[in-house]
Amino acid sequence: MAEVLVLIDHANGEVKKPAAEMLTIARRLGEPSAVFIGPGAETAKDLLARYGADKIYAVSDPAALEHLVAPQAEVLAQLVAEKQPAAVLIPSNAAGKEIGARLAVKTESGLLTDVVDVQAGPVTTQSVFAGSYSVEAKVSKGTPIICVKPNSAAPEQANGAGSFEELSVSFSDSAKASKITASEPKKASGRPELTEAAIVVSGGRGTGGDFSPVEAFADSLGAAVGASRAAVDAGWYPHSSQVGQTGKQVSPQLYVAAGISGAIQHRAGMQTSKTIVAINKDEEAPIFELVDFGVVGDLFTVLPQATETVKGK
Amino acid sequence: MNIVVCVKHVPDAQSDRGFNEDNTTDREGVDGLLSELDEYAVEQALQIVEAGEGEVTVLTIGPAAAAEAVKKSLQMGADKGVHICDDAIAGSDALATSLVLAEAIKKIGTPDIVLTGMASTDGTMGVVPAMLAERLGLPQVTYASELSVDGGVATMRRDGDTASETIQASLPALISVTDQINEPRYPSFKGIMAAKKKPVEEWTLADLGVDAGQVGLANAATAVVATTKRPPREQGTIVTDEGDGGTKLAEFLTTNKFV
Ligand SMILES: Cc1cc2nc3c(=O)[nH]c(=O)nc-3n(C[C@H](O)[C@H](O)[C@H](O)COP(=O)(O)OP(=O)(O)OC[C@H]3O[C@@H](n4cnc5c(N)ncnc54)[C@H](O)[C@@H]3O)c2cc1C
Ligand SMILES: Cc1cc2nc3c(=O)[nH]c(=O)nc-3n(C[C@H](O)[C@H](O)[C@H](O)COP(=O)(O)OP(=O)(O)OC[C@H]3O[C@@H](n4cnc5c(N)ncnc54)[C@H](O)[C@@H]3O)c2cc1C
Repeated sequence: MAEVLVLIDHANGEVKKPAAEMLTIARRLGEPSAVFIGPGAETAKDLLARYGADKIYAVSDPAALEHLVAPQAEVLAQLVAEKQPAAVLIPSNAAGKEIGARLAVKTESGLLTDVVDVQAGPVTTQSVFAGSYSVEAKVSKGTPIICVKPNSAAPEQANGAGSFEELSVSFSDSAKASKITASEPKKASGRPELTEAAIVVSGGRGTGGDFSPVEAFADSLGAAVGASRAAVDAGWYPHSSQVGQTGKQVSPQLYVAAGISGAIQHRAGMQTSKTIVAINKDEEAPIFELVDFGVVGDLFTVLPQATETVKGK
Repeated sequence: MNIVVCVKHVPDAQSDRGFNEDNTTDREGVDGLLSELDEYAVEQALQIVEAGEGEVTVLTIGPAAAAEAVKKSLQMGADKGVHICDDAIAGSDALATSLVLAEAIKKIGTPDIVLTGMASTDGTMGVVPAMLAERLGLPQVTYASELSVDGGVATMRRDGDTASETIQASLPALISVTDQINEPRYPSFKGIMAAKKKPVEEWTLADLGVDAGQVGLANAATAVVATTKRPPREQGTIVTDEGDGGTKLAEFLTTNKFV
């Protein structure tokens, strides 16, 4: 069986949840080989093997992460040439899609992004036009390069051999042409990450800038907090929490929209959520067209009451 | 400072978007417009040139109607337009689109800056900028939320999930901008009148020396096998808060095992 390369999503060595999902998906297509770029591969080894990685290719040269995405695309291009994999799976976030983009040009291969399911073939499923269509696609040229969104599979354990190989890659000058010269870490909220969370509670312009009832309700459910663009543009919540077309696309088990009208650009980021709940003062708000459960009311009374009731359970 | 801005003409997200029988995007049955996210790229180009000197060329690939995207950009203030229009391009994937754009940019004469939006509002892939950087061998500076260009160096801030990063590259460079970077201007009456006299070139694949066998639906490296319209979500229960809205919400969550 051919290898399937999986680019491992991690933050400073800490493996993120989608990595296990993608290793699970890779087993449908061949033998998973994890590609770990950056510090911490040794520590991650056991976890990757537990989710089925037969091989682990590690690149620890810090230059790989100092120049945006181009060096990472070079690592994958080298592996594609050497291993002739059945497919390459890459996390479908902004950076991952750009790595896939450069790899597709280098290897003259087809690229599929924002994929929510992969079956043998590989045949992928994408959700397009703000969630109104579902599209099945395949790659017809080169090595299939597939960018997979979080929550696209339930991680299943499998005993992979986990054989470890440190790669040495020399990066071209052009790959190093743009440089990250400073990085200011953001304060962590302590809440689950937006795109990976099982529950997301979002606030919009209707909060008037006071997100405390939204945050309290989110915390009672162990949820991530999101925001509409109106709330982000007003400076009430960071841009990294924006849900929608130009923010994050989330697909949790439960999405709660409080004080959000439900514009098409917002829907593009949450329409595929399993269950949708809205709280809005205006019974005509378009968000109510999507909901499984809606409360017409003031979020400043509804949310605190719901929070107390949930906490009491 | 010469800048080329890549702009895409897309089906309006407010209209009923869909697919043709061959699974290509329906670009005729719906109203189209300049992808809103490309307005930020046009605006940024205008600001850079207005702060110094230079020329802004807008470049689009698309059917006849895509001329509208060029026109709107010229009305905003861009100096000239290039429209690549060739039936053989219809149904191209991202790989082929970036190939044609790259060849067109070479023909225009590689500028100091190639500017793009962060993603189109129809395909929404966010991959064409990185593909262009790869094809043109330019430094890639993408997702700029702030940008300054000084002494042949572009410096930008990228607002990431875990950090706010500063990124630098020497020009010429490929830069994509987010919707956080500026507030795109509306075309003024003067701008609308002036646009009528601005030059727009129409090129075909032959003008670019691109072989039709490298582009279009039949030669795409990806193939759509099926498209299915999702049934609209069925509206569930809506209650009006009469002092117990929060309790009812909590009950719904408990019944559905979220609590
Ligand atoms: C190119 C482009 C990209 C965009 N990308 C995004 C995106 O990624 N994400 C996004 O969200 N938007 C995006 N937008 C903006 C989008 O069009 C809407 O403007 C935005 O989603 C509106 O945010 P909102 O629902 O919070 O505000 P509004 O539309 O103003 O709605 C506020 C709602 O709150 C309700 N309300 C007010 N007070 C209360 C109260 N006390 N209790 C309960 N309800 C209350 C009101 O009835 C109203 O329905 C984009 C727009 C463009 C043009
Ligand atoms: C719903 C849908 C899903 C698709 N899925 C895939 C897929 O998985 N794989 C695939 O290969 N193709 C796919 N396509 C086709 C792809 O969208 C087009 O080939 C497109 O030209 C490039 O991708 P994009 O629109 O997503 O551009 P993006 O990469 O999102 O565009 C970013 C920027 O590139 C510039 N740009 C993009 N297109 C043009 C243009 N025509 N003229 C000038 N500048 C431009 C603009 O500045 C734009 O802001 C899909 C199309 C649709 C409508």
